[in-house]
Amino acid sequence: MTSTFTDTLMPPRLLAPGGTPADRATHETRYGPLTHTDPAALLRTLAESGLTGRGGAAFPTYRKFVSVIDAARRTGRAPVVVANGAEGEPASAKDKTLLSLSPHLVLDGLQLAARATGAGEAYLAVEDGATRLETALAERDDLFPERDNPFPVRVVRVPKRFLSGESSALAQHLSGHAALPRHQDPPVREQGVRRAPTLVQNVETLAHLALIARYGADWFRSAGTPSEPGGALCTVHVQGREPQVVEAPFGMPLHRLLPLEGTGAILLGGYHGTWIPTAEAARLGLSAATLGAGVLAALPADRCGPAETARVLRYLALESAGQCGPCLNGLPRIAAAFRTLAAPGPQGTARDDVARWAGLVEGRGACHHPDGTVRLVRSALTTFAAELDAHARGLCSATDRTPLLPVPEHRS
Amino acid sequence: MDQLPQHLDIDWTSCRAHGLCAELLPEHVTLDEWGYPLVDARPVPARTLKRARRAAADCPVLALKLAAA
Repeated sequence: MTSTFTDTLMPPRLLAPGGTPADRATHETRYGPLTHTDPAALLRTLAESGLTGRGGAAFPTYRKFVSVIDAARRTGRAPVVVANGAEGEPASAKDKTLLSLSPHLVLDGLQLAARATGAGEAYLAVEDGATRLETALAERDDLFPERDNPFPVRVVRVPKRFLSGESSALAQHLSGHAALPRHQDPPVREQGVRRAPTLVQNVETLAHLALIARYGADWFRSAGTPSEPGGALCTVHVQGREPQVVEAPFGMPLHRLLPLEGTGAILLGGYHGTWIPTAEAARLGLSAATLGAGVLAALPADRCGPAETARVLRYLALESAGQCGPCLNGLPRIAAAFRTLAAPGPQGTARDDVARWAGLVEGRGACHHPDGTVRLVRSALTTFAAELDAHARGLCSATDRTPLLPVPEHRS
Repeated sequence: MDQLPQHLDIDWTSCRAHGLCAELLPEHVTLDEWGYPLVDARPVPARTLKRARRAAADCPVLALKLAAA
């Protein structure tokens, strides 16, 4: 179970206080009704807000909207809008928590996005909890009059895989194919679900949009930094307690989000993220550039970073869709070599092999799975360089080798 | 008609490491240790365009593409 602490780091915006799911009435009491601004005004406000995607890539939301609208104009096809709640990252719980506590905020954002882009279809894609979300949808039948809302939002279940939430995999799934990434030329925003221009936005991004539409860009920018306005939901892993989902503004020092004492390194961003030494983390603030999926995990000083990395890499290799040669060949080899590096003893050529294979898989796939995996690998080689040297001499400085980071069991 | 600079692109979900592209365009394509193409990012010069188009058409799974840079 994940606990939520909504009121410690910033006045909570997204998560219903008290950890109790907010129904439609509670939601409207808290935030007020959703005003029906015209699409052009909403787009202007969105541009001024500086909102970026909260799914990992931090792409400017306004620019994505504009590409989809332009593609729709060029092709004459009404866009499809997808709220992406397929949180495949095992260490992340922020989207599930948001959908569970504040479903109406996400649904507000989805309907706003659909109106702003002139969409003909809208989907909410989730791994779990679809029934609860359908109940929430039924509570809002009156919200958009029929003439404004000619299509219902459909809740769609996606397979529980790391890559299910990748935007082209999601578009494939919604088009009736397997939920696997595809070659992204043309990109999903031009040809996505059944070849229609498709806007895929993370559910948290849409929740921010719902508040920006109500309170304006200046209100949104009153949290965060001028270059990275607003806040983000983070899943924080600290040994000895349940993972917590917290809301924090950009720019907040990392040491306020998780205690750094007694840690050796911090995993920032998730399994496609980076390991950074604690000394460096102590100087860093929360940034959209490194936030990734919003995961922050502290590695206690008595644990083995290479061993944790090796477990995650095995998982990432097994989660490769297996479609692209470099990923299919490279990831299992990298994972196996890292397993050698994770154990004290002779390493042979494993370290050089890992570095070479990392170079061979990077940028050579339909999706960013190889690139994200390489980011983790390279940060581990740097951050744990001294520990890897110790392993080569037959030593491991860790006194506790019980697994720490959550890695799902595989069927094989 | 295409005056835009063109570069080589691989559809990685289609590529099956036949390796023909490396034989037809050795100055732009080499093969990695698993037989998959390593493509340089340079635009294809005008004098090579015809041969590059031919290579794209000859790829057994049509994974080699010419795309506007």
